[in-house]
Amino acid sequence: MASGPFSSIRWGKNLFILISGLIILITILFYTLPLISLILRITPAEFITAICEPNVRSAITLSLVTATTATIIVVLLGTPLAYMNARIDYPGRKFIETLIDVPIVLPPSVAGLALLVLFGRRGLIGSYFSEFGITIIFTSIAVIIAQIFVAGPLYIRQAKSAFAMVDQVYESAARTLGAGRLLTFIKVTVPLARTGLISGIILSFARAIGEFGATIMVAGNLPGKTQTMPLAIYGFMQSDLTASIALSIVLIAISFIILILIRIISGRAA
Amino acid sequence: MLEVKMSKKLRDFDLDVEINVRPGEVLALLGENGSGKSTVLNLLAGLLTPDEGEITLNGRILFSGADNRSVPPEERNIGYVFQNYALFPHMSAFENVAFGLKRRKIGAGEIQVLVSRMLEELGIGHLVSEKVTDLSGGQRQRVALARALVIQPDLLLLDEPLTALDRKTKEKIRQELREELVKSNKPSIIVTHSIRDARMIGDLVIILERGKVIWTGQPDELMIDSPMRHEPDNTEEHVCFSVDDEE
Repeated sequence: MASGPFSSIRWGKNLFILISGLIILITILFYTLPLISLILRITPAEFITAICEPNVRSAITLSLVTATTATIIVVLLGTPLAYMNARIDYPGRKFIETLIDVPIVLPPSVAGLALLVLFGRRGLIGSYFSEFGITIIFTSIAVIIAQIFVAGPLYIRQAKSAFAMVDQVYESAARTLGAGRLLTFIKVTVPLARTGLISGIILSFARAIGEFGATIMVAGNLPGKTQTMPLAIYGFMQSDLTASIALSIVLIAISFIILILIRIISGRAA
Repeated sequence: MLEVKMSKKLRDFDLDVEINVRPGEVLALLGENGSGKSTVLNLLAGLLTPDEGEITLNGRILFSGADNRSVPPEERNIGYVFQNYALFPHMSAFENVAFGLKRRKIGAGEIQVLVSRMLEELGIGHLVSEKVTDLSGGQRQRVALARALVIQPDLLLLDEPLTALDRKTKEKIRQELREELVKSNKPSIIVTHSIRDARMIGDLVIILERGKVIWTGQPDELMIDSPMRHEPDNTEEHVCFSVDDEE
């Protein structure tokens, strides 16, 4: 019969395994239960009916269009800066990099307020536009600007490290073979950095499509005009919970697809 | 004919060289790590710019410090075999060799013929559609040489082209390389740390130390009156300088 100190050691060991297992289970449930409960809250039929509602459909369309547009602009604007930061050690580079990173850690309400002050009718830039009768705030353009502001730094960061990983000797080889700077960039640098660039684009799109705080401040929550999916979820919560849940499920699905894509891409890179 | 007189302030010393290479002649640039050998090649290729001097290739001025004029690398028509070859890893052997021809607006059919012929000449015709990452050291070296030769360059630069090869391959390729360079009838400069490479491939040898030419002579004279004359070179192990780092 087991007794004495050996028995108490075994008991202690079992208790440790039990408590550890419980902690792990609670952690997993904490992160998965909310999403599962959301999905279980409505039936597939309710989901389909909800996403066919005009306001829900327009929120989905607006989100996809604005997030795609914002991502394209981020790539066009961010790529030259990312490449410069990867290749040239100019004075103040670290400072510029830190400044560009600020929106990543900035509370969305602060980002929204800053954009409002800049693009508002009496803002630093907005006042010039309003002289020509152009209003930026509370329009779809404001939605895109907010998305660019919060999502861009993620791409710029990722693209910079992707470019930095490309050995410059390949660019030198391309130059001696007759390719100018731009062609070398397109034919050699971008293909060699593609894995990092694509994950940067995906991350940036994910951040743009989920953007809420800055958008609501600078673009408002106007159905059909500025009401993206995250804003619609908030807007419908009081009046139509089923629609909110349906939209949430769409966003969860998009998030899943994004995570799977990133896993596939990083698997290929490895 | 390549005529060079140039200087450039580097981090640790001032580089100051004068080089003349005739068509079909192979100049071996010998020196220890950090002596400025690779920098000389990069200055000639236009990847770096000299502070002063003049680089003339077949009468065409590629760089003139006096006129503040520098032809960009893509317009110099110089074939460059980089250390470790710098083959584009996302392209096949064919695409690597065709890269320079495509930039010269040559038709696809002609490119196909030129690349195949060049790869055949170098004995690697069967590797045309292989990914360069799947090739052995010797095969990569040949693809790199094919890529540099196929554009019909006015000058050939080779940076330690034998370093990445194992001993057996090195012996074989050294002789072939010499033959290819002479056959090309272009001025060639080969950077090496090995007395044996310099003696067997070069028509003329220059020893570089801290950016200055400290000896110029024929390969045979290397063992007679050069600063390297006491260095043995009868086996592969006897390199005059270590080669662990790039310059």
